[in-house]
Amino acid sequence: MTRAAFFPRLRHWFNRRGWIKITIATPYVWLALFFLLPFAIVIAMSFATRTPTAPPFSFGGEHPLMNTAHFARLFSDDLYIRAYLNSIGNATVATLLCLLIGYPMALGLTRVSRSWRNVLLMLVILPFWTSFLLRVYAWMGLMGTNSWFNKLLTEAYNFVMPADMALRYIPMMNTGFAVVLVTVYSYLPFMILPLYANLEKLDLSLNEAAMDLGSRPFQVFRDVTLPLSVPGIIAGSLLVFIPASGELIIPSLVGSSSRPMIGRVISDEFASARDWPMASAVAVALLLLLVGPLMAYSYYEGKSHEKPTAGGGN
Amino acid sequence: MKRRPVFLITMLCFGFAFFYIPILSMIVYSFNGSRLVTVWGGFSTKWYASLFSNRQVLNAAVLSIEIALLSATFATILGTMAGVALARFKRFRGRTLFSGLVTAPLVMPEVITGIASLMLFILMAEYIGWPATRGFTTVTLAHITFCMVFVTTIVHSRLVEADEAIEEAAMDLGSRPWQVMKDITLPVISPAILSGWLLAFTISLDDVVITNFTTGPGTTTLPILIWSKVKLGVTPDINALATITVVIVGLGVFVAGVILNRAEKRRERDMHMAYQANQ
Repeated sequence: MTRAAFFPRLRHWFNRRGWIKITIATPYVWLALFFLLPFAIVIAMSFATRTPTAPPFSFGGEHPLMNTAHFARLFSDDLYIRAYLNSIGNATVATLLCLLIGYPMALGLTRVSRSWRNVLLMLVILPFWTSFLLRVYAWMGLMGTNSWFNKLLTEAYNFVMPADMALRYIPMMNTGFAVVLVTVYSYLPFMILPLYANLEKLDLSLNEAAMDLGSRPFQVFRDVTLPLSVPGIIAGSLLVFIPASGELIIPSLVGSSSRPMIGRVISDEFASARDWPMASAVAVALLLLLVGPLMAYSYYEGKSHEKPTAGGGN
Repeated sequence: MKRRPVFLITMLCFGFAFFYIPILSMIVYSFNGSRLVTVWGGFSTKWYASLFSNRQVLNAAVLSIEIALLSATFATILGTMAGVALARFKRFRGRTLFSGLVTAPLVMPEVITGIASLMLFILMAEYIGWPATRGFTTVTLAHITFCMVFVTTIVHSRLVEADEAIEEAAMDLGSRPWQVMKDITLPVISPAILSGWLLAFTISLDDVVITNFTTGPGTTTLPILIWSKVKLGVTPDINALATITVVIVGLGVFVAGVILNRAEKRRERDMHMAYQANQ
């Protein structure tokens, strides 16, 4: 092959098969290198031994390659168990609240006129485009003991409750309640959008048929709309539950330091304690807890990758 | 029988009040003359003045925008490739793993992605010497990785919706697959690519957790700066900063929405006219 023939042949290869190979291989290699490989490192690291060197780990020592001490510590140390329970409990309550608020909103969006619908959808998405950190920050302003919002709530509380239980303010900052509230606030669009995408596709003539056959509106909802919207409920719940369970920013800004959360534990083990193997073991255990939800999510997403009509949606 | 869904409309009103009251309150208090963030001390724009004279904030904002421009562009290229691969190449080796790899980062708790990337970068520096220090490069690499999957999602869903009949017609008329991709498919999905870029840009601009893990000394993005200030409590100049962000993002989303809407309508009209002309 002469040198002159090289570029035409390259172009020929590119036009025939090459572009397909490049299109697949480039993102594949990138994700393998910067997403898959880091996870392999985390899993390997959770079996390593902590050493005072830099980087602070080794695979030698008393338990070559398979040091399971960190996983044992997960069950013996009270801190980790409390952190998992807090985080999972918190994520569960937040997911249920998002569903309770988000479902009627998503259903309401499908019932308003087309022009209103576009405006309202934009208004759902808009907070999602503004900074996450600033949305948490907005609540810090509202929940403070001297804010107008706290004063308003305190007035309302004192009005309802007997005088001897009157409060000067309602303690909201640095409580579990604050974490749940801000989590619901931050993740609500993730519940509304997949639910809306699902509910919008439902055939309204089914509802009319059920009405004609004598069902009451609530029965129609229970027997027709709700069962058909299960894929949307699952997708929305997973999109809230999984990130919420590992949340780091919200608990560290509005949560109580006496209630450990798993995201903070991982971050502290890594940054403050410089215990990479322990941080990795905590992360691996969280992944194992989430593996069911994660698989369910990729199953539903995978189905939507196969055919456009399947549930899920983003 | 048509009944107004009173309950649903009420829930919508409550929901939007819940969404917007905190943001509106923050905007109002950014014009507060008092140093105390909870007491109203008259209208003032002094926090905006103090914000614009703060070099630290300006430098961080410029750095964030640089990182976001770079990572959104690379994420769009890689993400579009992945979306095309998943939507148009029905079978190739490792397809299942590939579709898992593009969905997992969407929902992975950020702390885990953060420490995983940090360990990768530290080990890379240790064993291959690149990137030597953590900072601009490592943050950008991490941002490209988690932004590209959002682009993939958008591009993929657009490609699945798009009518493959036009592409098949071009093939029947003798076009090579690459020509079809270049002349038909990519122009058809260009609005999706643009919205993918915009999403990647805002996600990169907004990221705290992954940046917090992958950044190094001297590389302080705007969210990292806000994060370190906010940890100490509510301050009035952050209210001003938040207001500016909300206004810019609101305008951006509005303008992008109008442009995309127009492009979509024009395309539909052109297709309609082309169809009419052929009748």
